[in-house]
Amino acid sequence: MKEKVLGESLIIAGRVFSSRLIIGTGKYRSYDEMRAAHTASGAEMVTVAVRRVPLDRSSESFLDHLDPALQILPNTAGCYSSEDAVRTARLAREALQTDLVKLEVIGDQTTLFPDNEQTLDAARILVKEGFVVLPYFNDDLIMAKKLLDVGCAGIMPLAAPIGSGLGIQNPANLRIMREQLPDATIIVDAGVGTASDAAIAMELGADGVLMNTAIAEAEDPGKMGAAMKLAIQAGRLAYQAGRMPKRLYASASSPLQGVIK
Amino acid sequence: MRVYLNGEAREFSSPVTLAQLITELDLPPARIAVELNREVVRRNDWDATELRDDDRIEIVHFVGGGRS
Repeated sequence: MKEKVLGESLIIAGRVFSSRLIIGTGKYRSYDEMRAAHTASGAEMVTVAVRRVPLDRSSESFLDHLDPALQILPNTAGCYSSEDAVRTARLAREALQTDLVKLEVIGDQTTLFPDNEQTLDAARILVKEGFVVLPYFNDDLIMAKKLLDVGCAGIMPLAAPIGSGLGIQNPANLRIMREQLPDATIIVDAGVGTASDAAIAMELGADGVLMNTAIAEAEDPGKMGAAMKLAIQAGRLAYQAGRMPKRLYASASSPLQGVIK
Repeated sequence: MRVYLNGEAREFSSPVTLAQLITELDLPPARIAVELNREVVRRNDWDATELRDDDRIEIVHFVGGGRS
């Protein structure tokens, strides 16, 4: 479809995506701005939240504002218990007829850090019910292994608090996760603030990056969407290329012989 | 009969099905999902599902959001 030249695709439970960028649909100033950012980013999958319908007014369907070609990834954002996350996932599946779910069980309102224990609990239940589960969790290798063991299709470690834009705060942990879980689909979720952050996540070996605020709260979300697309591609290529080793001292690029005296 | 719809109490004087409730609320059936007493009710079953006193109904849709 697009960028075939950049090689392999992101595959999640048999679904093939040529873009390694997954983006959110929240915080945009207008639907037009959201759509422009989605298009510019080249993302093929967007995540949406599940909420009670307002009963006091007729509401248009948010889904109608999305490009119908996009794969919708419902999330369980806002859930604080395994039980609520499972209920939310089931409702999303019923409405969207998709078994994909981005599982989120939050443990604390200030940090929005995940409750790993509740997340694992919910993942276990949802996998048994046939969901393709992509859990958001702390950047912990042992937790990653447990989530994969219960059958999650991929894992979504955070890089910094949700919406913080702090950038990749845990490069060592992400690298360890990549090295120790070479076959896992790892999608860095949360913390990216600008294009270089996305490139770093990819250079560390992530299979993809999920972001929302970095694009939605940019002054020009369309431009930032385009920047993220390039950053993801650049980071992926650099990872595949294999970077040079770092050294403390200089190493001349030109031959030492033949310099005029 | 009193039911709780998205947490709010609603009174009905005559029997009502889920399908009738959704029509009355003017909701787009293809864009919502319904839970009755914490269990999802499939769209095909809305017609046959009659509400009972004290039922807890949740009707959800999708909104913009990345995460939490």
